[in-house]
Amino acid sequence: MARVALFIPCFVDQLNPEIGLDTLEVLRRAGYEADFPEDQTCCGQPAFNTGYWNDARPLAERFVRVFRPFETVVCPSGSCTTMVRNFYPELLAGTAMHADAEELGRRVFELSEFLVKVARRTELGAAFPHRVTYHDSCHSLRELHLKQEPRELLRRVRGLELVEMPYSEDCCGFGGTFAAKFHMISAAMGDTKAGNAEGVGAEFVTSTDPSCLMHIEGILRRRNSPVRTIHLARILAHAGDGQ
Amino acid sequence: MSSAAQEFLRSAAAKSADLRHRQVLRRSVDTYFTSLGTGRTRFIDWQEARRKAQAIKWEAVNHLDKYLLQFEERVKERGGHVFWAENGEQARNYIVDLATAGGVRTVVKSKSMVAEEIHLTPALEGKGFKVWETDLGEFIVQLRDEPPYHIVTPAMHLTRQDIAQLFKEKLGGIDTDEPEKLVAAARVALRRAFFTAEMGISGVNFLVADAGMIALTTNEGNGRLGTSLPRIHVAITGIEKVIPRLEDLAVMWPVLSTAGTGQAVTCYNTLVGGPRGKDEVDGPEEFHVVLLDNGRSELLADAEQREVLHCIRCGACLNACPVYRAVGGHTYGTTYQGPIGSVLTPHLRGLHEFQHLSSASSLCGNCSEVCPVRIDLHHHLLHNRRNAVKAGERSWSERMAFKAFRWTMMHPSWFASLGWLGRRALRAAYGLGLEGTAVDPLRAWTKERAAPPIPPRSFRSFWKERRGAD
Repeated sequence: MARVALFIPCFVDQLNPEIGLDTLEVLRRAGYEADFPEDQTCCGQPAFNTGYWNDARPLAERFVRVFRPFETVVCPSGSCTTMVRNFYPELLAGTAMHADAEELGRRVFELSEFLVKVARRTELGAAFPHRVTYHDSCHSLRELHLKQEPRELLRRVRGLELVEMPYSEDCCGFGGTFAAKFHMISAAMGDTKAGNAEGVGAEFVTSTDPSCLMHIEGILRRRNSPVRTIHLARILAHAGDGQ
Repeated sequence: MSSAAQEFLRSAAAKSADLRHRQVLRRSVDTYFTSLGTGRTRFIDWQEARRKAQAIKWEAVNHLDKYLLQFEERVKERGGHVFWAENGEQARNYIVDLATAGGVRTVVKSKSMVAEEIHLTPALEGKGFKVWETDLGEFIVQLRDEPPYHIVTPAMHLTRQDIAQLFKEKLGGIDTDEPEKLVAAARVALRRAFFTAEMGISGVNFLVADAGMIALTTNEGNGRLGTSLPRIHVAITGIEKVIPRLEDLAVMWPVLSTAGTGQAVTCYNTLVGGPRGKDEVDGPEEFHVVLLDNGRSELLADAEQREVLHCIRCGACLNACPVYRAVGGHTYGTTYQGPIGSVLTPHLRGLHEFQHLSSASSLCGNCSEVCPVRIDLHHHLLHNRRNAVKAGERSWSERMAFKAFRWTMMHPSWFASLGWLGRRALRAAYGLGLEGTAVDPLRAWTKERAAPPIPPRSFRSFWKERRGAD
């Protein structure tokens, strides 16, 4: 079995362990054994995006040291992948780590990207007989340019009906510290997103990013909406009802 | 927190909760995106057109000295005047003095965001001149005594019924909500103004360096009436609006109109290069171009953010911005709204007062994606944030929070222990029904959303168990 290293975002580790476990399962089905370097913590994105680059830099350097030994790194988040691949080179410009960071960035993959482009495995034997809409997370779509990859995987899931909602490419309003600092704007954006998902009669909103989903789920519940969110890895690890 | 930031928060809260507002903007933006979709397909390669437009603006902005002087020379050759204004005050004084010396009583203005930037209309009105906004959208917001809501569509926040009501109150004798009749009523009022005005003030879409002409784009023809009928024409613009060559318009005009409204080309595109010539039958007796700096040179000196000066003010980033669509144009409290405004305003009016705008974004990147001159807008928002931290513009508590964050994340065992402790505390608190109350530790989150279910175990604890079992 080929091996990959698993990069689990810090908040997923603490708040959504099931997404990590399902990512392991999906990778196993694709023929990969995953290793979880236990020294990993956070990639530093919250500090970086809020402007605290001096606090983000040591975390980025730390991340490079922890993951440098691995040939391939897989992450169930487009946003955290983006931080490493797209933003580390700028954050670490002029440091001794810069070249290593750039090199590592090319070896870190978001889960759907890894499955479709690297492993070339889209048929994973999953079943999920529900009406599902896909939310394009900003970082997956506009930074990693992943539009078809997650949809391709979803189309292969038995019983799953994929419906497109209007403005699927619009931000859900999470945005890291933005969600707290400008909570009312964040909520209005989430409310619009929730309305768009409800409008197409979806039972579930799925995405590559657990942070978007946590925000959208919170908004949906406040709206007393019947729609729920589910991470892509959870759908792909699903063996179907009653199994 | 600056007073502008407090006002922003207050207004953002009100607008975000205003569902009617959201709906009005959504309808407008739906129409825009439909036209934009069609508009882009008229290009063989829209992305290539953007790259070409970016290259043209890059060349111009990186050789501003050369192209502006070339522009000035050509205009002077034809008997026009060029005034270099370092700031708003110099520009206002120059125009007010011109109006006074020229015995002007009435001024007709076509759309100009630079005029808004330097508060030109209030300055003229303060000196007793009557100023008419002649762009329909601007005319409407002027009647409402409001600043423009959007840099391209100033009355975007109003419905046909709102406008009908306004005209009924302000124009007298009009009681209809038929668009044709409303436009006709505005036209009657504005035609009178065009024929009486002694001074026409216009903005500039492009300063064409090699031709020494200003290029003006309107959909209503008000631009060319206002620049040809009155005795004096004053064009006011920021120094960054220059393009090197006349032929560059072949790219810039369709790119601007497509990004702005989805049109293949805007209805009226006018080039003006000087006052009425000897053998010409119409045109102004005097032609003045006011070139405004007002902080732009400082931005030019900033290699990292210089490309912000490439902006052609098409408004695409506003339409694409989910924050703009949630809070609307007035909430920004700035001349330029939306992503470009949030990037630019701290440079024009100070980081201290306006850094909050750069944080009021989810950094979704849709603005950079639609920008026809490919300005990396969301990246510049991030740079402004970094600059604000560097300049000590953030609160003590935020700085300490990130120190603590860094400290925790540098030590995997502390991260794991604090995570464990935090989850236990939250599970206990939520068990007591404290979710969403004032003592909820996740108050910042649960003010607007349900708390996520807090799991008893972390992923790493599962991992350890598995590893142990192997």
